[in-house]
Amino acid sequence: MAVMLEARALGYGYPGRPVGHGLDLSLGGGEVLCVLGPNGGGKTTLFRTLLGLLRAQAGEVLLAGQALGAMSRGDVARRVGYVPQGHAAQFAFTVREAVLMGRTAHISLFATPGAADLAAADRAIAALGIESLAGRVVTELSGGERQLAMIARALAQGARALVLDEPTASLDFGNQVRVLREIRRLAAEGYAVVFSTHDPGQAFLAASRVLLLARGGAVRQGTPGQVITGENLQAVYGVEVRVAEVDGARVCLPAL
Amino acid sequence: MTQHPRVLAYALALAALLVLTALAFAVGRFPLALGDLAALAANKLFGADYDVSATAETIVMQVRGPRIIAALLVGAALAAAGTAYQGMFRNPLVSPDILGVSAGAALGAVLGIFFSHSVLVIQLGAFAGGLAAVGVVYAVGASVRRHDPILALILAGVVIGTLLGSMIALLKYLADPYNQLPAITFWLLGSLASVAPRDLAIAAPFALAGLVPLYLLRWRMNLLSLADDEARALGVPVGRLRLAVVCAATLMTAAAVAISGIIGWVGLLIPHAARLLIGPEFSRLLPLSMVLGAAFLLAVDTLSRTIAPIEVPPGVLTALIGTPFFLWLFAGARRAWQ
Repeated sequence: MAVMLEARALGYGYPGRPVGHGLDLSLGGGEVLCVLGPNGGGKTTLFRTLLGLLRAQAGEVLLAGQALGAMSRGDVARRVGYVPQGHAAQFAFTVREAVLMGRTAHISLFATPGAADLAAADRAIAALGIESLAGRVVTELSGGERQLAMIARALAQGARALVLDEPTASLDFGNQVRVLREIRRLAAEGYAVVFSTHDPGQAFLAASRVLLLARGGAVRQGTPGQVITGENLQAVYGVEVRVAEVDGARVCLPAL
Repeated sequence: MTQHPRVLAYALALAALLVLTALAFAVGRFPLALGDLAALAANKLFGADYDVSATAETIVMQVRGPRIIAALLVGAALAAAGTAYQGMFRNPLVSPDILGVSAGAALGAVLGIFFSHSVLVIQLGAFAGGLAAVGVVYAVGASVRRHDPILALILAGVVIGTLLGSMIALLKYLADPYNQLPAITFWLLGSLASVAPRDLAIAAPFALAGLVPLYLLRWRMNLLSLADDEARALGVPVGRLRLAVVCAATLMTAAAVAISGIIGWVGLLIPHAARLLIGPEFSRLLPLSMVLGAAFLLAVDTLSRTIAPIEVPPGVLTALIGTPFFLWLFAGARRAWQ
């Protein structure tokens, strides 16, 4: 299994304000990594570093085996797709136009999208089953619909690794489940997926691996069963949590 | 939006532009019949040999022609620059002078009036002042690290613009009230009355030099309307693209301001109207916005020289038309954003 996304002894953060250090990650096709941690725990900072939006403070990030530091923005975009947290749509682009923007790294500087790009955008829209939204404008979509459109845009990038920053934040319960289902399906198709969430139970549902970040840079990594324990969650979130089993599936029950 | 209304929007805008251009040639202190205009056009364009009075020919070729071309050029340039800036700053309240190009051009022109009366010096002063002001604003904005770069640019534009405004006020205070002050006021209100063919020959290449990169980057411009991180993750080196757009829009605005003075509202109003008609996709929006901008300023300039015995400054007319239009847009605020 080829490694799509790798971090070696990665230090991330801002100059003079380190957030995390010594992180080793290796994610192949078909794997889903769920990143958990408290607010301000550095999830978004880590993601920005993995995407090359923030310079690594130490160590390095490798995309499909190549060092990210030496890549152009286009090279990065063709290797890792990004679904931002809460895309703020300000102009009334249609969903098809927005997904088409995912093709940027395949369209030369002065060109406009060609037939191949339009086909790729339509394939990405079809992959998420949102053909009925294609002509709608993004500013009029619900949060869940917009999240699916943003995932379609990331697919249109043609990258085999995907980074989703809190993809279920501010979605209703049904849409949260739909997004998790998409994450599982993408992994089954061979994508390497990283996503962050505030709900540790989602790791049991959708992830093959978990990275638990604590404030101050302490890190635990492993399978959901290894990492998501009452003890670990209490250490990171400061509240009492019990991990229970219901019909063979594990759930997190906070004690109030 | 489907294909059909898009084609319709272009067709209507172009038709309006053609009708307005014919009207602008016809009306004025010396009205010309449309038949004479057609005959003259046939003579000039196709080498026909219709009988047209020499007076009519002089009016068309020397008086109204340059002025009409200037109105079209300035209107299209201001609208194109406004379209680029509104997309780039993700804000519909942005006009081409957001980064201080008008304030810089005004100071340059006022300095030119203050120290000399040569039209060429005044125009060069306006052009150089506009470019210099945006250069300073961009340098200040880029040097303020660790802030939202868009916010840094806009704040730098506001601060430098205010500084330039107070320097203009000082020069007006010091200017000779009988000679220089009317010239300064006239220039600050904007006018196309004294445009000569030579002015067009100088300004047009700069406006074109600004338009070419905007046209080439017309699809990629859409990416600038996303958050910086999103656009970068999609493969766009945002800082470089933004610099290119700032240079292009500034060249166009400075060229326009140098021949017409400061004519407000066009670059604010027209991109809005075009976006309402055809949506935000830049490669479709840019041409429509330019056609509408050209038609709008031509209509305003034609009104300004015909509705009263003296010329009404076009800047006053654009404000009179622009304010109610903008209030109407605000009434439907959600649509206005888009």
